[in-house]
Amino acid sequence: MSEATSQKIPVTVLTGYLGAGKTTLLNRILSENHGKKYAVIVNEFGEIGIDNDLIIGADEEVFEMNNGCICCTVRGDLVRIMDGLMKRKGKFDAIIVETTGLADPAPVAQTFFVDEDVQKNARLDAVVTVADAKWLSDRLKDAPEAKNQIAFADVIVLNKTDLVTKPELAEVEARIRGINPYAKLHRTERCSVALADVLDRGAFDLDRILDIEPDFLEADDHDHDHDHHHHHGHDHHHHDHGHGLKHYHDEDMQSLSLKTDKPLDPNMFMPWLQNLVQVEGGKILRSKGILAFHDDDDRYVFQGVHMMLEGNHQRKWKEGEPRESRLVFIGRELPEEAIRKGFESCIVS
Amino acid sequence: MKEFSPPPDSASIVSVTDRVKPVALGMAVTSVHFLGPRAAFVGGEENVKFVDGEGEVTTVAVHSGGILSTASDGKRIVMGGDDGKVVSLDAKGEVTLLATDPKRRWIDAVALHADGAFAWSAGKTATVKSGKTEEKSVEVPSTVGGLAFAPKGLRLAIAHYNGATLWFPNMEGSAEFLPWAGSHHAVAFSPDNKFLVTAMHEPALHGWRLADNRHMRMTGYPGRVRSMSWSAGGKGLATSGADTVIIWPFASKDGPMGKEPAMLAPLQARVSVVACHPKNDILAAGYSDGTVLMVRLEDGAEILVRRNGTPPVAAIAWNAKGTLLAFADENGDGGLLEL
Repeated sequence: MSEATSQKIPVTVLTGYLGAGKTTLLNRILSENHGKKYAVIVNEFGEIGIDNDLIIGADEEVFEMNNGCICCTVRGDLVRIMDGLMKRKGKFDAIIVETTGLADPAPVAQTFFVDEDVQKNARLDAVVTVADAKWLSDRLKDAPEAKNQIAFADVIVLNKTDLVTKPELAEVEARIRGINPYAKLHRTERCSVALADVLDRGAFDLDRILDIEPDFLEADDHDHDHDHHHHHGHDHHHHDHGHGLKHYHDEDMQSLSLKTDKPLDPNMFMPWLQNLVQVEGGKILRSKGILAFHDDDDRYVFQGVHMMLEGNHQRKWKEGEPRESRLVFIGRELPEEAIRKGFESCIVS
Repeated sequence: MKEFSPPPDSASIVSVTDRVKPVALGMAVTSVHFLGPRAAFVGGEENVKFVDGEGEVTTVAVHSGGILSTASDGKRIVMGGDDGKVVSLDAKGEVTLLATDPKRRWIDAVALHADGAFAWSAGKTATVKSGKTEEKSVEVPSTVGGLAFAPKGLRLAIAHYNGATLWFPNMEGSAEFLPWAGSHHAVAFSPDNKFLVTAMHEPALHGWRLADNRHMRMTGYPGRVRSMSWSAGGKGLATSGADTVIIWPFASKDGPMGKEPAMLAPLQARVSVVACHPKNDILAAGYSDGTVLMVRLEDGAEILVRRNGTPPVAAIAWNAKGTLLAFADENGDGGLLEL
């Protein structure tokens, strides 16, 4: 992480459908003995029992930017609150933005991309989505907001796992993975998750876009190195061969990954990517990529939210490191064939 | 609608830097106003620091938290804080609590009328208190971005999303909505009461000619306009947001419509604050690299008041007579210049 980045105040966006346990997680974060001070931007006063921190009420006022891009929405109230908070710099170490259960995370995230003053002082750290293990599958069927929140997430806290059976848990995880295989997933009861797993993730930090392998390839291991225990594991006489094997394809929200070990032509690729997010940006919620360009010894990384992209040369390719290009898109009704074709046309033959 | 093109190179300039009395405030500063002979520097939180002609600093506690908004008429400063309070500070250093938001919401904007009436906003609600009459409130469709009183009559302009609302607090049902898509922050009436101008979230100003609500788009800024100041007599509106001071012409009945703005004092840094002299056609401008210049409007002649190489200039103001100039950067290092 560059020095300029590290001096910016990290902002964690906390989303989750109604009743999933956002407030529980928030209270956990605030009450834990971490020696840090948080400024917390909430929609409902009164549910947070900590007075050691700055609690600010917000109104979730979303407005369109006047730049002719309909998915360029930002949270106007956040711009205003960030402005005010910056007058109290030094009084807190990090900011947590809690959204309402029905909120689309995109305007919150985009606020940190498009507003010059916000960008100068703060950096988006990660979108953390709390999901209810018992009810998420139903919500994914009837609530587009819930689906958005899963698709957008960098970290998913799958909560209330004590209220479901092992097969039910496998089912809901598979549904999550059908939408977003890249988020880090933590199974919890009462949002009991290590703070390091939800805070300071650097999910939007270009320097940390190192690994965009699907999380479920390692899902069986990575969850167990934390301090939460799965008391519900006693009845699993039918060992279900790992969570990754059950596949769901969500009908309208999916992820698309592209890969090539041949170099890309930057003069073809960049215009193609720009054009793709211009035309399909409404459908593309998140995008990330590590790119190997023709005649270029530096890795290029980018990430985006809807139509907004940021990218940069990151570092030299290491000796022996395979010069592969990998891209990931998560979105609604992605035109997969067209994207694949377009990508392939950027490969130097 | 007019856009401006990049500025020409600037020539070498006269300096008065050795005549500036340095001021070290030891706090982040967000604005400055003159109250009588003393400059009152408003901190980012809690305190206002008075500085007199000898450079003596007196600290006054005004809020228990961030100071979000200020307005001054030269006799007092009205301030809104994140402690939900509206307070005023007079030239003697006396603090008066004017109002408290019942829910302790942030006081995002304040305005002060020449006759002593004042206004504040919390969330979507703007409230006016005039003399001995009861407080009167109006709710607008979204959070208030800025407030300003009209120069004539008791009329308040309230900037918000997708436009501004004009309201006579003493007339029931008088709120008039001036639409324009986007988020509107600071708002100002022209001194002749003919135009209303807002600084938008995007790098642009928007204006309405009040006689017929005709729109005026003032675009081309590389950054958001955070500081606006009317020149003496209201002939022009000087603004920050570009690497020159942009001055929109308001002398004719059409305002800036179809005209080019003047672009003065170009530097390799963004103008962060502007303050027009109250009597003469000169202005003072602070830049993002710490430079402070005085600029003659007529020909753009510049006088250097402070060199670059510090944090951005955050506050600048003239006293009412135009004999003193005060300024400070974000870290609270500034100066007083007597002319």
